[in-house]
Amino acid sequence: MKKKSYRRYSARSESLRMCLHNVDFMVGLIMIISVILIAVFAPQIAHYSYSKQGAGPRLTAPCAEYPFGTDELGRDVFSKTIYGTRIALWVAALGASIQLILGVTIGLVCGYYGKWVDHVFSFITDLTWCIPGTILALAVVTILGKGLTNVVIAISIVSWASFARPIRAKTMSLRNMAFVETGKAYGENGFSLMFRYILPNIIPSIIVMTSMTLPETILSTTTLSFLGLGSKSPSPDWGLALSKGMEYITRAPWLSIFPGIALVYTTIGFNLLGEGLRDVLDPQMRSR
Amino acid sequence: MKSYIIKKVLVGLLLIFTVSFLVFCLLYAMPGDPVDLAIDSKVSAEQRARIAHELGYDQPFLVQYKNWLVGIFHLNFGTSTRYHVKVWELMRDRIPYSIRLCGISLLLEMVLALPIGLYCAIHKGNLFDRFVVNSSLVFAAIPSFWLGTLLIVIFAVRLQILPISGYETPAHYVLPVITITLSSLGSTIRITKAEVLEVLHEKFVTTAYAKGLPRRTVMFRHVLRNSLVVVVTLLFMSLPWMITGAVITERVFGLPGMGALLLNSITVQDIPVVQAVLLLIAILTVLCNLASDILTGILDPRIRVSLSGGEN
Repeated sequence: MKKKSYRRYSARSESLRMCLHNVDFMVGLIMIISVILIAVFAPQIAHYSYSKQGAGPRLTAPCAEYPFGTDELGRDVFSKTIYGTRIALWVAALGASIQLILGVTIGLVCGYYGKWVDHVFSFITDLTWCIPGTILALAVVTILGKGLTNVVIAISIVSWASFARPIRAKTMSLRNMAFVETGKAYGENGFSLMFRYILPNIIPSIIVMTSMTLPETILSTTTLSFLGLGSKSPSPDWGLALSKGMEYITRAPWLSIFPGIALVYTTIGFNLLGEGLRDVLDPQMRSR
Repeated sequence: MKSYIIKKVLVGLLLIFTVSFLVFCLLYAMPGDPVDLAIDSKVSAEQRARIAHELGYDQPFLVQYKNWLVGIFHLNFGTSTRYHVKVWELMRDRIPYSIRLCGISLLLEMVLALPIGLYCAIHKGNLFDRFVVNSSLVFAAIPSFWLGTLLIVIFAVRLQILPISGYETPAHYVLPVITITLSSLGSTIRITKAEVLEVLHEKFVTTAYAKGLPRRTVMFRHVLRNSLVVVVTLLFMSLPWMITGAVITERVFGLPGMGALLLNSITVQDIPVVQAVLLLIAILTVLCNLASDILTGILDPRIRVSLSGGEN
């Protein structure tokens, strides 16, 4: 028992060491930590509240007092952009959790039981391929109604399948391994075999997939917010800010620039983090 | 081969049929009665019943579905609850814009992605390859709507050489086409490169070199020819991306295409139009997948064998 726990610890510290030497991972990590710090200390960083109208003159170009300019109601764009990080992180966390729970459970069940359960699942996956993800999410929002949370739920409903598929494949390859057979011989039930025997062995892949899901969820949600289905004013949502910016694009292009830069910075950070993690934890996924 | 095609076609038909049913259910998944979506709330109960009868909403659910499905074969997608005209008439005017937008973008993407992907695979690790890899990473993080916005700010607001929005002249299509192409170019290059790299490591390439063939001959006669399978697959697989891109880009640039129609109909809850556009997109996507599956099967016998062998 002692020996086993020692070896596991060593494997973990080995991946940690590899992570620290991975350039992608470290750059991504630093970018994401900076985003998280900005989100936590938003009230200290921003001079004005993101929703305070008339914080300055309307549509002021960027200057010392308003580094990112002001919008059509005289709100400080810098404050809006800073507070927007909170929405992006919340969206990423909520979306990834829903997809994680749905995808892992369904992937495990399909991979473990196979047969008709698996056939039904494969057909449902094929169905979600029939309509491109963003458009399917649009349709789901039509049913659920507008709003940020509904948009995140819609996107999660649409994209859990890409989570479940690799987990299903991994479960299938592990299902007949000796340690699972041993568990079966000890009289463990299916639930225990799936979650206590198989799941711990696919956790590295799950970590990688989750880190890849985070930026995708942020991008899709922002897109739907931009299309006018997500957050409502005065939310500091970047997609909403960019959509408003379009109306004043000739007079105040800065409204369309800065929230977009923040969005791309966050997405690149998560992408780099994900690629770094993949190289360390799950190198086989690279070819995909 | 025959059984492989038949199987694929049957699965495709089943998918389209199921999607059509789900799309039809959209009408009933909406909060409220479908009749309420079609008429004013002030209409009297008698009139309401009459309109419900005219629109066929008083019949059993499955009968309604059957009527809707049969109508589609006659290009009768129902009546828009918002504009009170035939859905097909709304779509007919808008389809050309979307086809133009997607067609040009698809062509441009293929013309750019294939040579670049091929070059990067052959010269893996050189300066140009690293530039392409890194910039595709950046472009993957830029949502297409913001890319469009940036292009407008640069070319229409600052330089003023291209129009901001509209659809009258070819110049209006330049920025939308660039937006769609750039936002999907990175992933297309990446897939092409990965496939070509795989071909480069095949044994027949080693054999070709071992025979003493010059590098150029190996590249064009062996590698390029085998990579053509990818071209076919990519061409069809890109279409769903194109459609998504078009929906967003049409909104940004004010093009009155199918995407704009879909978004507008979702906003005003014009369900018959939403149903028709979704069904059309689904049919297109399934047909494209089918075409790419079948063509790959014909072009690459190994895939055909492994697929029919693995599934039967």
